[in-house]
Amino acid sequence: MNLYEFQGKELFKKYGIPIPDGYVISKPEEIGDNIFPAALKAQVLVGGRGKAGGIKFANNKEEAINLAKDLFSQTIKNSKVKYILIERKLNIDKELYLSITIDRSKKRPLIMASNEGGVEIESVAEEKIFMKHVDPIHGYSPYISKILTKKLGLKDNLAKQFSDLLSKMYKLFEEYDAELVEINPLVITKEGNLIAADAKVIIDSDSLFRHPDVPINLDDLTELEKIAKEANYSFVELDGDIGVIANGAGLTMATLDSLLLHGLKPRNFLDLGGTDNVDIVKNAFPLVLKANPKIIFVNIFGGVTKCDTVAQGIVMAKKEFNINLPIVVRLSGVHEEEGRQILKENGIDAFSNMPDSVKKVSEIYNSIIKG
Amino acid sequence: MVYIKKDTKIIVQGITGHQASFHSNEMIKFGANVVGGVSPGKGGTKVNGVPVFDSVEETLHLEPEATMISVPAPYVKDAFYEALDHGIKIIYILTEHVPVHDSMEMINDAKLKNAIVIGPNGPGITVVHEKTKIGIMPNHIFKKGNIAVISRSGTLTYEIVKSITDAGMGESSVIGLGGDAIVGLSFVDVLSELKKERQTKAVVMVGEIGGTAEEEAAEYIKNEFKKPVVAYIAGRSAPPGKRMGHAGAIITRGKGTAESKIKTLNEAGVEVANYPQDIPELLKKKLKT
Repeated sequence: MNLYEFQGKELFKKYGIPIPDGYVISKPEEIGDNIFPAALKAQVLVGGRGKAGGIKFANNKEEAINLAKDLFSQTIKNSKVKYILIERKLNIDKELYLSITIDRSKKRPLIMASNEGGVEIESVAEEKIFMKHVDPIHGYSPYISKILTKKLGLKDNLAKQFSDLLSKMYKLFEEYDAELVEINPLVITKEGNLIAADAKVIIDSDSLFRHPDVPINLDDLTELEKIAKEANYSFVELDGDIGVIANGAGLTMATLDSLLLHGLKPRNFLDLGGTDNVDIVKNAFPLVLKANPKIIFVNIFGGVTKCDTVAQGIVMAKKEFNINLPIVVRLSGVHEEEGRQILKENGIDAFSNMPDSVKKVSEIYNSIIKG
Repeated sequence: MVYIKKDTKIIVQGITGHQASFHSNEMIKFGANVVGGVSPGKGGTKVNGVPVFDSVEETLHLEPEATMISVPAPYVKDAFYEALDHGIKIIYILTEHVPVHDSMEMINDAKLKNAIVIGPNGPGITVVHEKTKIGIMPNHIFKKGNIAVISRSGTLTYEIVKSITDAGMGESSVIGLGGDAIVGLSFVDVLSELKKERQTKAVVMVGEIGGTAEEEAAEYIKNEFKKPVVAYIAGRSAPPGKRMGHAGAIITRGKGTAESKIKTLNEAGVEVANYPQDIPELLKKKLKT
C-alpha cells in the first residue's frame, strides 16, 4: 500500500521524526495565513512529481490560492490531484538521502544513506551511497548510525539528530510492516536542524490485517483495476487488445509474453488462481469485456482448477453476457477432454497446446484488422 | 536426495482445512510418508487415515522431520515457530499473503537453527525418484527421469514439467521456491544441492520478473555449476511497478526486468526459451552435446 506524502508524514510525526510545519488541503480555500513562504506539493502516489510540475512555491496566500487552483486542475502521470500538502519553506543548507528498504537477496532490511539527496537515488553513483543491512531478528542497533554518520561526515549535534531520527525511522519500518521508508531529501537547515522534507512510505499490503489505521489508497490503480480488486481478481490493465484469462501468476505472465512474441498486445493480466468454482470463471468475463478487447484468450492448465469447470464457466458467461467476441480457449491438464467437449458442443474453439492456441489468436486478430 | 527422501516423516499443520486435507491425501497417494496432522481443537480425529493432534508437541512421538504449513496468513508465523521450536528442520509454507516482515524473521531464524524454509507461496517439492512430495504439485504430470526443475511459480511449473514428460523425458526433482519477494530457498541454494546429486543430469530454471535471484544463479552457474541448465523467464510483457499476481513479481526502480535476467543467463551460457513449450527441445539439444 503506497502512502501519500502527507500520510507518511503523519506516521513520521507519530514516531517523533521532525517534519516541516504544514497541513494538507483538498480545496484552495483551506489555505491559511501563517505559513509563508510556503511550498505547495501535489499529493500523488506515483514518483517523479517534481519533474512533472507538481511542486510550486508561494510567498503569500493569494499566490498560494492561485497555484493551488492550478495544481488541483492537473493530472500528474495519470493521477488526478486530490490533495495538496502546503508546508513552510525550509532554509536549506544541504540535502541528504536516507531510506530503509528490504533487500530481497540478502533477505534483510537495508539502510541506504547518501550526501546526494534531492535527486532520484537511481541516478546517484553507487560509491556515494552508504549501505548497512540490519539483522531482522534483533533489529536496529545504534552502531549502525555511528558508521553512517562518519561516512556522511555528520558531526556533533547533527550526528546526534541523525542517530535519533534513524532509530525512530527503523522503529516505524518494523512496527508498520513497511516495504520502504524513504526520506528524500532529508534536509539540513541553515539553523542546523535535520528535517524530513519528503516522505515515501510503502506498507506491505499483506500486513494490513494488523494495521487497521493504515489508509487504503487505490489511486495508483486504474478504474478497471479497482473494480477487479473489489471482485477479488488478480488483475492488471495493459494497453493492448487481446483480453486474457489464465490460471497461476506465472502461466498468466507466460501467456502475455507468448502473445507479445507473436506481435499481439495483451489488454490485461487476469489470474483466476487455484479455483474450481464455476462462478469465479464466469465472472471474470464481464471484467475483461469492460476493457473492450478484440478477442478473449483463455489459457488454462488444469490441476486444482479443473478444465471442465472452466469450460462450463465459459459457456455460461457467453450466454449470460451475450458475448459475440471471438473466444479462443486452450485447456490442458485435469479433465481437459471433458472440457473441450463441452466447448465444442457450444461452438467454441478449444486447443490442447499453447502454441496452436496462440497461433489461432493471431489468425483471428489479423483477419479482424484486415477487416 | 533433494531435501526430502522416501521415508522422511511429514506432518501437516492445518490438515483439517479444505486445501490441506485434499493435498495431504494427494501426497499420500504419491507415496509421501505423512505421519500426522495438527489442527488445534481437532485432536483425536483422523483425516485421510492420518491421526490429527492438537499441537506439534503431541506429534513428537512420531518423530516428524518435515512439516507442511497450510494455515491462514496471519497465523503462519505462530505455526512456523511451533514447528521450529520443536526441532523440525524442513518447514514448507504453502500459504500465500504472508507478511514479508514475518518471512524475513522466520527465514533468518531458521538459518541460525539449521532449518530449511520452503516457500512461502510455492507449490513445494516433489522428489520423483524417491516417490515423495511435500506440497501441492499435481501427481499425474511426473515421470521418473533426470531433469530437475527449479521454479518461482506453480501452474507454469506444471505446464513445463508436463511438457518434459510428454517429450519422453522425466524428472528427478521439482522444487517450487515460492512467488513471494522473500522466500526461504533461492535458485543458488537449490543448484548447490543439485550439484552433488546423482539423479540430476540437467536443470530447468523457471524464473520471473522481480528481484535478482536469476542473476545470482547465472553467476553461480558460470563459476561453479557444470551440469547443463536451460531457463524460462516469465514477465517480458510486464510494465514496471505493477505486481503481476505474485507478490515478488514486480519491477522496482528499474530492477528485476526479464531482459536483465535473460541477458545475464545467456552470458552465463544458459539458453533461455522464448516459449515454455520450447524447454524440452532445448533440453534435448543440451543433453546431446
